Amino acid sequence: MKIHEHQAKQLMAARGIPVPLGRVARSVDEAVAAVRPLIEETGNPVVVLKSQIHAGGRGKGTFKEHPDVRGVSVIPDGLEGGASATEAKVRELAQQMLGSTLVTVQTGDEGKQVNRLYVEQGIDIDRELYLAVLLDRATSRNIVMASTEGGVEIEKVAEETPERILRAEIDPAIGLAAFQANELAHGLELSGDAAKNFARFVIALAQAATELDTDLIEINPLVVTKSGQVMALDGKMAFDDNALYRHPEIAEMRDETEEDPAELAAKNAGLNYIKLDGTIGCLVNGAGLAMATMDTIKHVGGEPANFLDVGGGATADQVTTAFQIITKDPNVKGIFVNIFGGIMRCDVIATGIVEAVERVGLEVPLVVRLEGTNVEEGKKIIEESGLKVTNADSLLDGAEKILELTGAVS
Amino acid sequence: MSVLVDKSTRVVVQGLGKTGQFHTDKAIAYGTQMVAGVHPSRAGTVFPFEGETDHSGVPGRDDSYSVELPVFATVKEAVAETGANASVVYVPPPFAADAIMESAAAGLELVVAITEGIPVADMIVAKRYLEGKPTRLIGPNCPGVITPGECKIGIMPGYIHSRGRIGVVSRSGTLTYEAVHQLTLLGLGQTTAIGIGGDPVNGTNFVDCMRMFQDDDETEGVVMIGEIGGTAEEEAAEFVQSEMTKPVAGFIAGTTAPPGKRMGHAGAIVSGGKGTAEAKIEAMTSAGIVVAETPSGMGEAMIRALG
Repeated sequence: MKIHEHQAKQLMAARGIPVPLGRVARSVDEAVAAVRPLIEETGNPVVVLKSQIHAGGRGKGTFKEHPDVRGVSVIPDGLEGGASATEAKVRELAQQMLGSTLVTVQTGDEGKQVNRLYVEQGIDIDRELYLAVLLDRATSRNIVMASTEGGVEIEKVAEETPERILRAEIDPAIGLAAFQANELAHGLELSGDAAKNFARFVIALAQAATELDTDLIEINPLVVTKSGQVMALDGKMAFDDNALYRHPEIAEMRDETEEDPAELAAKNAGLNYIKLDGTIGCLVNGAGLAMATMDTIKHVGGEPANFLDVGGGATADQVTTAFQIITKDPNVKGIFVNIFGGIMRCDVIATGIVEAVERVGLEVPLVVRLEGTNVEEGKKIIEESGLKVTNADSLLDGAEKILELTGAVS
Repeated sequence: MSVLVDKSTRVVVQGLGKTGQFHTDKAIAYGTQMVAGVHPSRAGTVFPFEGETDHSGVPGRDDSYSVELPVFATVKEAVAETGANASVVYVPPPFAADAIMESAAAGLELVVAITEGIPVADMIVAKRYLEGKPTRLIGPNCPGVITPGECKIGIMPGYIHSRGRIGVVSRSGTLTYEAVHQLTLLGLGQTTAIGIGGDPVNGTNFVDCMRMFQDDDETEGVVMIGEIGGTAEEEAAEFVQSEMTKPVAGFIAGTTAPPGKRMGHAGAIVSGGKGTAEAKIEAMTSAGIVVAETPSGMGEAMIRALG
């Protein structure tokens, strides 16, 4: 689960990890109202207005409706005009940003609607660094990744100058040791107060990752101020869904407007669904088989419309919901059901399909491939239902048949 | 021979809820020596299992079975009383990592964790706990391990397997069934099929399994089934190239998976350009592994690899 920058910063601040002061705003008036207290508290007339969406690249992103407005704006007007000038500029920009569609390198062309802004104090930046805590699958440990190259995409750094990425492994029994934090500080060419502040910062961050069950904490940039302070100028956090049960306060931070409505409906029905751009809907049991089904459709010249794993113990109701979700997608020209029954019995799936089609209706061709436990009973149920279903003998056969029926060969 | 499990494997089951009971019953029907259950509040009682024998499993048994499975409060006690040397974990996710550690502490050689949805942080701790201990963990979030005709631990349908010459190792349950089914139909059969699971932190990886199959006299070839996410397949390819003399066939799922999306399995995600299907297929092909273009071709790929 992802959260917004302002929420990540709130979690960091609560743990004593330095972040700039800021206030979240869901309306233009709230954004304007945030300005004066912020300036009074910090003594700095410069504020930053930041779009809150679950995607990176906001600083360089622009709005579809206002191509000259960026996703993040630094507002220096107060330097000369005082707080009133800042308020006026915030009002003007917030009016353009709120409700508009921000397009960044990570949102795709369709962009994302901005529903919240974060009004933050301006910071006197000396250096921009990169810092992240994430799982290293090769060692089964969380690691800290740090780099002198802050403010740019870390993938680019990894490719072009991999020697500028530092790593430290977090032993789950110990946490990040002080010497490791010092080594990182040294590697980042920090000294004096900045080095001490960095070490404190990174130890606290490593601890937060473990205690909050994050999948990823990424701070890009982590800034060193001219006075040697170290703080998170940006903050991205994603959480392990399987651990949310022990963090109800974080689970509450979920912003459902950031999620695809079909994917959300599927999740609520206990299904794993991901929408894609193709025309062949897929309904499969098992994640690996569901991916392989998409791959096979592509292999024979088609494009999958979705990933859908009904899991190992789907009920007839879940199959119906799955059908509803697939058929709601206007791009879908045909459906391929691919089941290898292990625990899931083919007769149960067959009953589910028949019920689903009766309830939902079906206007596109349907190919069903059943294999495994109770396969004969399953096939019989479908045959006797009188549904217009094409049977397939294998995954490949099914993929070829659905393509032929839909004429979707590209 | 075979790897990991055989007729002598004696299994204690942790987690006797609905799922645990269902699969314990199937395992007994298959002929697996299920010798004990662990259930703190029902210790001292027995769980009765009876039904029709699954004759696709251990040969030479009666047509029906009736077993009273003794229940113990702790794994340690179950091991002391029954001589169990392996465990299978069906414990719900919040308690599953602890169950794995309990089995390791009891000195079991093998722990097979079926549970899906264990928090990553719990598995990081459990793996740290297993370091330096002789216990091998398979999974979590996996279908289990089966040596056809001898021992079935997990949730796979027994009857699609047949005893034969090929080792199977996979991150995906249903794709394992696809491969096994094809090997059975082609008359190649399996020595042992291992599901290593779809989580980002697991107990046993491809390389571990490849090494076991390489050292197993009966295994003549291996089918490895990977998917997007991580670099375990690339590491396996390196091992195959440098240390393996037996032919290997494979398949990688997720060529069409969009980056940044978790494809069902917690570990199946392409992030930051890492863990793509293309990179894995490339590494495997370079290592001499015959990679099937579709999952329907995994058995055929094994035949091609065998030459």
